[in-house]
Amino acid sequence: MPEPSTAAVRSTPTGVIHDIGYQRYEGPRLGRRQVFGALYLHGLRTAFGLGRSAKAKIFPWLVVGIVSLVAVALAAVRSQIGEPVATYAQFADAMSWLVIFFVAVVAPELVSRDLRSGVLPLYFSRPLPRADYALAKLLALVTALWLLLGGPQLLMFLGAAFTTKQGMRGVWNELLDLLPGLLYAGLWAVVFASVGLLVASLTGKRAFAAGGVVAVFLMTTPIVGVLSILPSRAANELAGLASPSTLVQGVGIWSLGDLLVEGDPGEMMIGGFGPVYALAAVLLVAGATALLLARYRKVAS
Amino acid sequence: MTLIATQSLTKTYGGRVTALADLTVAVEPGIIGLVGANGAGKSTLIKILLGLIAPTSGQVSVLGIDPTADPAAVRSRVGYMPEHDCLPPDLSAAELVTHLGRMSGLPRTAARERASEALRHVGLYEERYRPVGGYSTGMKQRVKLAQALVHDPDLLLLDEPTNGLDPAGRDAMLALVHRIGTEFGISVLVCSHLLGEVERICDTLIAIDGGRLLRADNISAMTTATDVLAVEVSEGTEELAARLAELKLPVARDGRLLLVPLADDGTYDLILGAVAELDLPLHRLDQRRHRVAELFATRELTHA
Repeated sequence: MPEPSTAAVRSTPTGVIHDIGYQRYEGPRLGRRQVFGALYLHGLRTAFGLGRSAKAKIFPWLVVGIVSLVAVALAAVRSQIGEPVATYAQFADAMSWLVIFFVAVVAPELVSRDLRSGVLPLYFSRPLPRADYALAKLLALVTALWLLLGGPQLLMFLGAAFTTKQGMRGVWNELLDLLPGLLYAGLWAVVFASVGLLVASLTGKRAFAAGGVVAVFLMTTPIVGVLSILPSRAANELAGLASPSTLVQGVGIWSLGDLLVEGDPGEMMIGGFGPVYALAAVLLVAGATALLLARYRKVAS
Repeated sequence: MTLIATQSLTKTYGGRVTALADLTVAVEPGIIGLVGANGAGKSTLIKILLGLIAPTSGQVSVLGIDPTADPAAVRSRVGYMPEHDCLPPDLSAAELVTHLGRMSGLPRTAARERASEALRHVGLYEERYRPVGGYSTGMKQRVKLAQALVHDPDLLLLDEPTNGLDPAGRDAMLALVHRIGTEFGISVLVCSHLLGEVERICDTLIAIDGGRLLRADNISAMTTATDVLAVEVSEGTEELAARLAELKLPVARDGRLLLVPLADDGTYDLILGAVAELDLPLHRLDQRRHRVAELFATRELTHA
């Protein structure tokens, strides 16, 4: 180490800076898992605009505010009339539009910004493998979406639990309703995050990425509409496969049954194709993740 | 220990474009200049050293580790400063360098401390809390250097660090690189297409052209061995050149000067004798150190 000499003492107009010279780093160096965790947490904070400018916080927190407000309103109405207005899963369905817009803003924030600024070579010249970068971002978005839906569900639960007239038994029953609702929110999160992040990772332009995400999720709904009025029962029942939102709802109807539709079959019919919906959802998530990893094997090398 | 060693390193893109051809070089720790024109293969070599791309054939080792086999081990000990713009404009330098320090495996507090240290060493103080988008090119280059330094690497790979800087900025950047190589005890490989720039600060010089090695040597060996005599006569330069050529002296023209490699003291006598014989007005006869650029030029001359 160089000795702090008189030559190293620099005088500046504002005072004297004592240059103690360069210090080698002898401390611990963390492994792959901790670096992955750091990148994941960084992504999760970015999703909600934490540690970013005030402008970056506006939209995420606006969406969080709306979904929380709806959840509080539902809980309040329920405590007044004594019966649930919407189940936990129905709440998640009703919020799907907001989820889509949240993905359209947050996914580009997570990946397009890095593509645009050219910062990726700085990541990839570090020990972190490329796949870890993509997976950490994906996991961060999944978590953000799950919190976005699951947080308000928890508010609804708390409202119901504190106003229940059946004591502990009522709380327990409510909890049994909440858990499938949280799982269903997880399904929304996984499907929307994997597809949304893949679309956003294709371009460095945030506006294009946001438009692309919205297009993929919303432009596919007319196809569902067309298929569901075809004069074929099988085509009608399989129509939901054409769009991510209806695909998730199809899996929900199959797995949750009356927790989602509550006696009324509603406008969506999946017949006996429930397992097909579940398989399609798994394939969609796996395919989107594989394409995302393939994308990051190539980019910025 | 050998810092960087390559053996018949070849990289072709798509089987047609050759970026590196049969490059064999071994350098010791210190400041190494890698010079070559644009497209000579400098960036390709750096990317192979980082394990970002695999060579088509040949072997490579960095700090004794093979980057094709264990890229993570190499990258944890190497800092890389890319040539192009790579800074997100809306983050502050402190935030960015801290984050990248964490990505290199530093714990949270250590990353923050080392980030401000690294930024201080490159000369960024209070401005490090402002968004990078408002920085001058010189400041951005310093941030890029700081992020390469944050995890205390053993080797820095700097791709055109003086790109886009004005002459004063270039000097400051080169002084900084020299300081890192000498005072900090970190080896540096600095890439440039400007030979005159890197020869001032480096110990070893690797020159490549079209993916081929032109020369790799210790810079002091390159310059001292090839001192030249510069001869200037007021008139009759052509005659003198012809006369010296007859005396089997390899003469090179440089404007009004004649450059003759200094073999021994006899060279002086031969030149003075020739000037006296032709009765020419001698304006100047002095010894000067070759700049490396001329060294390459004369090499090409003697080949021709």
